[in-house]
Amino acid sequence: MSGFIIEILQVMMLIGLAPMFSGWVKMLKCWSQGRSSASILQPYRDLAKLFSKDVILAENASWIFRFTPYLVFSTAVLAGGIIPMLSTDLPLSLTADVIVLVALFAIARFFTALAGMDIGTAFGGMGSSREMMIASLAEPAMLMAIFTVSLACGSTSLSRIVEVIYSPASIVKPSLVFAFIAFVLIALTETGRIPVDNPATHLELTMIHEAMILEYSGRHLALIEWAGMMKLFLFMAIGAALFAPWGIAYAGAPGSIPLAFGYLILKIGASGIVLVLIETGLAKMRLFRLTEFLGAAFLMATLGMLSFFILE
Amino acid sequence: MITPIDIASASIVLLLITFLTAGLLRRNQALLIKVSFSLSAFASLAALSAGIWTVGSGITERVTLIIGLPDLPFHLRLDPLAGYFLTVVGLLSFFVSIYSTGYVKGFLGRRSVTRLVVFYCLFIAGMFMVVLADDALFFLISWEAMAAASYFLVMFEDENAENRRAAFLYMVVAHVGAVAILLSFGVMAGLAAGFENFNGFTFDAMRQAQFPTGWATVAFLLAFFGFAAKAGVVPLHVWLPEAHPVAPSNVSALMSGVMLKTAIYGIVRVTFDLLKVFPWWWGAFVLILGIVSAVMGVLYALMQHDLKRLLAYHSVENIGIILIGIGLAMIFKSFNLPMLAALALIAGLYHTMNHAMFKGLLFMGAGSVLHATRERNMEEMGGLIHRMPWTAALFLVGCISISALPPFNGFVSEWLTFQAFLLSPSLPIPMMRLLMPMGAALLALTGALAAACFVKAFGVTFLGHWRGHHNPHIHETDWSMRSAMLMAALTCLLLGILPTLYIEWMDILSEQLVGAKLAASAAVGGWMWLTPVAPERASYSGIVVFVGIIAVYGIVYFILHVNPGKIHRGPIWDCGFEKLTSRMQYNATSFSMPIRRIFGFLFKIKEEVSLVPQSAHPAFPKKLHYELKVRDRFWKWIYKPVADASFWCSRKVGRLQQGRIQAYLIYSFVTIIILLFFTR
Repeated sequence: MSGFIIEILQVMMLIGLAPMFSGWVKMLKCWSQGRSSASILQPYRDLAKLFSKDVILAENASWIFRFTPYLVFSTAVLAGGIIPMLSTDLPLSLTADVIVLVALFAIARFFTALAGMDIGTAFGGMGSSREMMIASLAEPAMLMAIFTVSLACGSTSLSRIVEVIYSPASIVKPSLVFAFIAFVLIALTETGRIPVDNPATHLELTMIHEAMILEYSGRHLALIEWAGMMKLFLFMAIGAALFAPWGIAYAGAPGSIPLAFGYLILKIGASGIVLVLIETGLAKMRLFRLTEFLGAAFLMATLGMLSFFILE
Repeated sequence: MITPIDIASASIVLLLITFLTAGLLRRNQALLIKVSFSLSAFASLAALSAGIWTVGSGITERVTLIIGLPDLPFHLRLDPLAGYFLTVVGLLSFFVSIYSTGYVKGFLGRRSVTRLVVFYCLFIAGMFMVVLADDALFFLISWEAMAAASYFLVMFEDENAENRRAAFLYMVVAHVGAVAILLSFGVMAGLAAGFENFNGFTFDAMRQAQFPTGWATVAFLLAFFGFAAKAGVVPLHVWLPEAHPVAPSNVSALMSGVMLKTAIYGIVRVTFDLLKVFPWWWGAFVLILGIVSAVMGVLYALMQHDLKRLLAYHSVENIGIILIGIGLAMIFKSFNLPMLAALALIAGLYHTMNHAMFKGLLFMGAGSVLHATRERNMEEMGGLIHRMPWTAALFLVGCISISALPPFNGFVSEWLTFQAFLLSPSLPIPMMRLLMPMGAALLALTGALAAACFVKAFGVTFLGHWRGHHNPHIHETDWSMRSAMLMAALTCLLLGILPTLYIEWMDILSEQLVGAKLAASAAVGGWMWLTPVAPERASYSGIVVFVGIIAVYGIVYFILHVNPGKIHRGPIWDCGFEKLTSRMQYNATSFSMPIRRIFGFLFKIKEEVSLVPQSAHPAFPKKLHYELKVRDRFWKWIYKPVADASFWCSRKVGRLQQGRIQAYLIYSFVTIIILLFFTR
């Protein structure tokens, strides 16, 4: 029973805190660039405003366009119930292992790309085409990084991986270091951050994710934005679970949940700082240089795999 | 007492009777369509039930027919492996037969459909016979019947030179393959019972024989070559994207969906059942060809703008994925790891069923589009979701399934394949342990590229605005076509959310072929959770994903619609740009441009841009002409040299033919002398 309560707590935390994390990243970014920032709560205000507005729908939008925001939001929430953020004792964690998790993000992307093509504008198609191209290069690298971790742990189940890495017997393994570097590169790609995509841009030729959702408004846009924030939060949480699982509560120890929550806030907050350092230090890449970027990620993951077989 | 093999034989007899008598109804074409397709649907249903029954109960039955050559009667045998493929073929041909009652009506008044109907029945009967055959002779006769029937079906619209060329190419490749299969059976039969008599030609004799490794390798390579030619494994795939698109769409659905699977059946039958013992490198060979086919197939598919051609290339990809599973199973089996072999084999066979369902569905959807628009070129389509809502929604289900996205069926089998890959550290050869995960990465690349390709296929065909110059009257398809697609789509969903039940049903296959059951561990956490090895190793629940997404969707929708804001329909915003036309949309060519640029080195690409300048100033062109040609490199590497060589040989041999009777008499004389010398 306690598992279900933790499950619900975790999902509520994801839905509730994701905008704050987004606000935190924006705030840090403003500071690092010497600007004064909006409040950390600004994303909540943006969402509230969008939800209260009417929807303007293009005259030829089909049901796919209206279906997508809800679907994208649902997959993000479902993913939040699977990733062990607070505890490994999650009834839903059997639902999906890491591979399924990657596929859950893929289905959200699939529909977002379709929605981008639904209206029939050049921007939408451009965004969809680029997004799918990037995804098809990122996914092998992502799975390679995941395979490295799961070979080292003998499992693809996230809860199990957390338990193995967190166990006192585990030591720092070189394969995990390589996999971690690869994961960081992929996480930047998947969440659409600099140097791959710029979440703040509305310049026509640099948009990727923004181009697909250009025609959205009102509550539809709010759901997509919120799901985007949740995705960013989730990737930080996956990184924390795979590579720094300290503090995550075990099964049968519900008392340590508050502590786990504290650890999680610290880890996610710190990952926000790292994210901003990367984003401030780099410029956005030209589209066709991304092959090198993602190739590097794939190479890192492969090196991790090789070092697993050779050294461990 | 009725047994499954009776039902299966009855279904074949019914199809053959329909094949022979359908011509009598040719005066009343509408009735012909109704009667013969109902009969073929009924026969398919019978075969399907026989197949389900056989696999479910795990029985093996044999029948020796009285017909056949003198002293060489035909043998039939229905074991779970044959039953499984009978199920696959029967299920899809049932759907397609229902679909055909509506689809073939579109030809009425334009041309006679007698030939289509007649060969359609023979084609299905041929596939059933192939899986039931238990001797080399009957197998090859059935195989040829299937090939010949499909040749006439590809040739159905033979007024186009393109169709005739495609059918010819298909026939050539099919026969080169059939010769290889014949030779392979010859090797096995000869080794089983000596080359002097015919006792070795039954599969039973081959099963009992012990083959020396060298000859077994020869037999395997010949059989694999023959079956690979039929299955469209790279580099023997070139006929497939030519022949499948030009056939009528119901036939394309069957050819892509199940005819290729008979080749998979042949590979499994020969390796796991007849030869049984093999070295690991056979598996590695199959695995590598599978990976190459998967990656090349999807990349070629991305370059296409003909909807049916795109789907045909995806068949190459999916055959590759199936072969990955089978190759892994062979590797694991040769190292005596039965549990892992069972996992990989189930993954491959599961994908066989999945591919039949979603590819059948997609070809039926493409057929509906073709039926409504008379157009195969995606660049001339768009916005069909508004005119054909049913077809669009059902086609979308096929797209999601083939892109390996949860909770539909394609994902389950790919996930099982990934799990099989991840178990490769148990292999004793270090080099293989290192290289196997690379294969998994390439499989991931394939899945992601397939998703990109189907965003393109669905997005360009069904979304956006109509791109064509003319605007035909587009209508939704009739109920028979819709219901067939609906059933196929539901099967895709059920196979995706209830994998444990399905694996429990088919686990007899892995038990018989590799000696281990998967289901015992697959259902350890109840029927909802698929846990192929152990729950702490990996688990997936399609139904929870499905219900979870629907539940969250429902809750969010409900909360937002308690007090909903209004929805206004307005003109397209497009960043404030006003003069948007339908020609400004992304189309199939532009969508795949980034991928074409990245993977361009694999193709032969010719891209030409020419400007027609306006008289006033060259900087303001009047017209821009863009031409893009993407070709298979294999044409130049393999097929052209072979074709040139055969033309060269035939020219040389042709010199013998001079038209002078004296020369011909000398030829006969010399032949007789030589023969006398040998038989002296």
